[in-house]
Amino acid sequence: MNRSFHKSQTLRFYDCSAVEVKSKFGAEFRRFSLDRHKPGKFEDFYKLVVHTHRISSSDVTIGYADVHGDLLPINNDDNFCKAVSSANPLLRVFIQKREEADHYNFGAGTLSRKKKVLVALRDEGLRRRAHLDISMPHDFRPVSSVIDVDILPETHRRVRLYRHGCEKPLGFYIRDGVSMRVTPHGLEKVPGIFISRMVPGGLAESTGLLAVNDEVLEVNGIEVAGKTLDQVTDMMIANSHNLIVTVKPANQRNNVVRGGRAPGSACPSSEGAGPPAPHVLQNFHPYEAESDEDADIVIEGAVAPPAPTRGAPPGGLARANGTSLVPRRPRDGSIHRLLSTLQPDPRHSLVLPRGGVEEHGPALTL
Amino acid sequence: MMKFRFRRQGADPQREKLKQELFAFNKTVEHGFPNQPSALAFDPELRIMAIGTRSGAVKIYGAPGVEFTGLHRDTATVTQMHFLPGQGRLLTLLDDSSLHLWEIIHHNGCAHLEEALSFQLPSRPGFDGASAPPSLMRVTVVLLVAAGDMAALGTEGGSVFFLDVTTLTLLEGQTLGPDEVLRSLPDDYRCGKALGPVESLQGHLRDPTKILIGYSRGLLVIWNQAARCVDHVFLGNQQLESLCWGRDGSTVTSSHSDGSYAVWSPEVGSSLALQPTVATTPYGPFPCKAINKILWRNCESGGHFIIFSGGMPRASYGDRHCVSVLRAEVLVTLDFTSRIIDFFTVHSTRPEDEYDDPQALAVLLEEELVVLDLQTPGWPAVPAPYLAPLHSSAITCSAHVANVPAKLWARIVSAGEQQSPQPASSASSWPITGGRSLAQEPSQRGLLLTGHEDGTVRFWDASGVALRPLYKLSTAGLFQTDCEHADSLAQAAEDDWPPFRKVGCFDPYSDDPRLGVQKVSLCKYTAQMVVAGTAGQVLVLELSDVPSEHVVSVASVDLLQDREGFTWKGHERLSPRTGLLPWAAGFQPRVLVQCLPPAAVTAVTLHTEWGLVAFGTSHGFGLFDYQRKSPVLARCTLHPNDSLAMEGPLSRVKSLKKSLRQSFRRIRKSRVSGKKRAANANSKLQEANAQLAEQACPHDVEMTPVQRRIEPRSADDSLSGVVRCLYFADTFLRDAAHHGPTMWAGTNSGSVFAYALEVPVAAGAGSEKRPEGMVEAVLGKEVQLMHRAPVVAIAVLDGRGRPLPEPYEASRDLAQAPDMQGGHAVLIASEEQFKVFTLPKVSAKTKFKLTAHEGCRVRKVALATFASVACEDYAETCLACLTNLGDVHVFSVPGLRPQVHYSCIRKEDISGIASCVFTRHGQGFYLISPSEFERFSLSARNITEPLCSLDISWPRNATRARLRESPKLSQANGTPSIILAPQSCDGSPDPAHSKGTDTSEPLEAVLSPMSVDSATSADTTLDTTGDVTVEDVKDFLGSSEESEKNLRNLVEDEARACAILIK
Repeated sequence: MNRSFHKSQTLRFYDCSAVEVKSKFGAEFRRFSLDRHKPGKFEDFYKLVVHTHRISSSDVTIGYADVHGDLLPINNDDNFCKAVSSANPLLRVFIQKREEADHYNFGAGTLSRKKKVLVALRDEGLRRRAHLDISMPHDFRPVSSVIDVDILPETHRRVRLYRHGCEKPLGFYIRDGVSMRVTPHGLEKVPGIFISRMVPGGLAESTGLLAVNDEVLEVNGIEVAGKTLDQVTDMMIANSHNLIVTVKPANQRNNVVRGGRAPGSACPSSEGAGPPAPHVLQNFHPYEAESDEDADIVIEGAVAPPAPTRGAPPGGLARANGTSLVPRRPRDGSIHRLLSTLQPDPRHSLVLPRGGVEEHGPALTL
Repeated sequence: MMKFRFRRQGADPQREKLKQELFAFNKTVEHGFPNQPSALAFDPELRIMAIGTRSGAVKIYGAPGVEFTGLHRDTATVTQMHFLPGQGRLLTLLDDSSLHLWEIIHHNGCAHLEEALSFQLPSRPGFDGASAPPSLMRVTVVLLVAAGDMAALGTEGGSVFFLDVTTLTLLEGQTLGPDEVLRSLPDDYRCGKALGPVESLQGHLRDPTKILIGYSRGLLVIWNQAARCVDHVFLGNQQLESLCWGRDGSTVTSSHSDGSYAVWSPEVGSSLALQPTVATTPYGPFPCKAINKILWRNCESGGHFIIFSGGMPRASYGDRHCVSVLRAEVLVTLDFTSRIIDFFTVHSTRPEDEYDDPQALAVLLEEELVVLDLQTPGWPAVPAPYLAPLHSSAITCSAHVANVPAKLWARIVSAGEQQSPQPASSASSWPITGGRSLAQEPSQRGLLLTGHEDGTVRFWDASGVALRPLYKLSTAGLFQTDCEHADSLAQAAEDDWPPFRKVGCFDPYSDDPRLGVQKVSLCKYTAQMVVAGTAGQVLVLELSDVPSEHVVSVASVDLLQDREGFTWKGHERLSPRTGLLPWAAGFQPRVLVQCLPPAAVTAVTLHTEWGLVAFGTSHGFGLFDYQRKSPVLARCTLHPNDSLAMEGPLSRVKSLKKSLRQSFRRIRKSRVSGKKRAANANSKLQEANAQLAEQACPHDVEMTPVQRRIEPRSADDSLSGVVRCLYFADTFLRDAAHHGPTMWAGTNSGSVFAYALEVPVAAGAGSEKRPEGMVEAVLGKEVQLMHRAPVVAIAVLDGRGRPLPEPYEASRDLAQAPDMQGGHAVLIASEEQFKVFTLPKVSAKTKFKLTAHEGCRVRKVALATFASVACEDYAETCLACLTNLGDVHVFSVPGLRPQVHYSCIRKEDISGIASCVFTRHGQGFYLISPSEFERFSLSARNITEPLCSLDISWPRNATRARLRESPKLSQANGTPSIILAPQSCDGSPDPAHSKGTDTSEPLEAVLSPMSVDSATSADTTLDTTGDVTVEDVKDFLGSSEESEKNLRNLVEDEARACAILIK
């Protein structure tokens, strides 16, 4: 155990040019390494994989777990290159026979935990319709989506931004401003929050769904009316893992057209009608927006429970994103002393997710 | 899941009622010294003192516990205050020349201060000439004449107006203009010059018709108001500063701007005096500063006191703040550390007495109040029972210890007494003793600890309304600091003229900023405490009743460990004194641990039962066994990219670096633009074009709006390694069957480290100390909060959802033992959300995302017990939380349901928010100024507020049937609040009220809505609804109907849109 611990430590070191590859086919694991800077051709890799696993039929699909825990395919030189270069610290490769392979299991969130039932229910309709195969859509992960089109006024747009990892910022700025609202007392000027500018290359700009001077009405189901700029900023940052903003776009020409009405000729009463009427919100509750994506990471230290009492987490795969998760070595000596008092065999004290991925050193759970 | 959500939305009426019984928000009392005092008054009959401030606050103090607070509607400086003797009424003059009459009014037996009337001098009085500029109408001085029925107002223009005090109306036709006075002057003195503003007005103690008027030019006039004629004229020629009229009217003392004073005596024969009998410049012959105020007090034992402020030699001591006390041949120059605002003597004011016989001198300074006992030889200072200058050195941290055991309390008090021995006589000679405190003896003793910049920790009695200093602990003695003040003191002693005497304790200068105290923790059962400072020093101290001489063991802990590539660029660590050191009785240091690098300690915690102290800095945290004096653990929390933490004191370096960078950029930019312009300047046409272009677009440049970047926290944010909290708990970390000692640490980047500790267990339960043996720490869990917000607090809850008791609490039967059967849970409060995790699995159980929902961030958090007002033994443990917007939220534990929230501090008041400290029983303190703590309570039952009464005698004719809206009582820091009627007096109206309007009690006590307001109203606001007429109701209905119609239209529109969609 000690030996492999050290080995993985050195291999996971950043500047090391070797990338540790852990390949899984069925219940079998194989380990080998690749050069990070010169990974070679996909063809060679494919052959290598087939060879190391001794797969007779050469019809397999190869996938890998990216830093966000998503299962992405390796089927050409480009994504192979990407897989190797982004391996952090080790590249986990999953091999399936093509006939067994489920086409739909690539993509975002496939390796992470199951969604809440309700969220899944709500998304079901969308998902069913989304299964049009247009030139391998599974190479992509969602970056943003327009949601709740059916329950929002036409003048508003609810945008969900999916942030993956920490590298790409959400990338927009907000400011204070004044907007016109229809109130019981007539037309009134009320303070509002507006998008002031976009960071070039940021997530928000790349979606094309948010634009400068769009008025922000809600953040994850909470109205921003009456809140200060700093408060709204904090709300957005606190929800940045799964940010859902409802905006009134400054440019109303690209709105979703419903019921055959022409764009731009939205009914005057709902034009600038401010916060949507309460009934609009009822199937979108703020608490529903809580996704489990922000589940905190718990690293079991050396003093894990003596016997693993539970199986693998629902996702089946542990997720290692970010360097902060690299297991730190406990204080020398004390760990062994303590472990030896607990169990004769220290290896048994580690959490080994049943049927999951074998890990060296302290295990990761979600 | 659905059920869960629905329950959250619905409001349970039973729970609502319970909430009202548990929670109520009150700002109760302000502790400490009023910030920026500007005026002083004393009522010798009631023996109460008033202090006015520059923010318009009025505070009245009597005996300890007797306090009244009022706030003027406008935040204008209170320039003068005068008590109407014996009436409990106060006339204040603001710098906008408005006069306000305040009254101490009894509601249900408790007294409050309320503003009764206000008055603004008309800018164009009839006869003073319509062309009088407004500045001439500025009121310079106020004098109450004829037992407070009438007030004389001296103005800048030289006129004296007379005012009826009870109604605050101008008495027409009695005004004394400067012309009237000039008429009785000899021509050669007049010589066409104006008299200048009225500088001083003095009344005669025995003859209320006479008024002594002093004009700025130097002229003194005794005016007989009854006869409306000039009795005496003293032709002074030196610019006048102040006047004092002797008790028998035979001496007039005047002080002047050149540092001289003169004594005049009105001769019986002539009405004109050309020369004073005595004129001296006490600190001459070189030019002196003005004597701002002078008092002349005669004594029965012969001689007199002359007390004056200022008058120091301009060149040598012009910057000193001095009050000189002269009696016969004895002169003492009291040398203060801050500016003198005003002073008064406590002396006999009964007209029949022959002598003043001053007992005490009270000097109000900018930063403190000093009272000297004038009857004891040597004029010693009298320790003040309240108005303590909290900020004698700047407060750097504070902590509250509730339920202090009586034994420890007595030991701290005795240590404090040994520290500053008080003569028995002066303890009783505090002269301001008016009023009675009705507050019950506090049921438990609360100790407030404040850490200061100079390395001291002060212990305050925070049990009651008056914050009393108990003991002062100095840590500076352990270290070698750069400057030793012994020589500077010796130097001062060499100069014997003027005879300076240092008075007061305000000393804002710190010898060494590294001595500053950052964190304090006290164990109330073992009297051990830990004090941690700016240079990474962690001191473990123990209370000892006897002085001793011993060596303090020193250890250092390297928190960086084997991290490479970091060099510390900040201050060096303090060098401790070695060898045997003498220590006075009190808290004596035992062990000193120094962190490396010596960054400021950001978190500290002490477990006396285990003999462990944990400390954290911006680099990591350490665990130290102070019993065996050996380090147990050191852990670096720095992120590899975090370089800023290494550059020393955090904020300063960062901002300096930033500003430097910005200024370089600015320079570069200006150079670049300068070049461009030079290139363009070839032809005039181009230049003109450029100018046009520049003019066309300045809007875009200047109108850059305030904007905020939406950028999630990333792992390599700077200062992510700062350790924010440390916590010890006996809980289940390894498995659900065995509990044991654990240590928890939370960092700025949302990481939580949990260590299992191996602490040798005492064989017998009764033994105090744990047996010798190694303590070991093993990392058990590491939690990374995904939102990466700083971890503010960690607490472990037992099986019943209650926080674990403090060390020794359970073993000594002082608290209920924790439930070790049910599953424990850990509550982790980050800046953005609260989460409860089960133990030992650390899986999320409940959470509340405060920032995601409300947009505010958590600043301070505490678990507090809230007792119910309705049920004697019902109490709940809740989480009290202060946000960056200054709001206080209360959440249930462990359900994390929001209970109540109140706005407490202005959100701009960053230092107030940063200084907030919660107590264990639902109260809290925060600094409203450098010198004042505001006390608030969230509990409906546990309220510490001044309840006091004052024996007021109003003249019979003073009762007026004034009907007005009761003003909202407000706190001096400008936040209005509701003072609830005390429960004990509920339903038992004062018998005086029932007698009718002809009693001496004011009418408004009965009519005020105050008495209607019940103690259980949680967050209602007082509304002073008048009579509701039919018209009002109609209006109301009409407007609501209209809005309803509008709403319906909107809804219909929406419905139509939906219908179209369905089609």
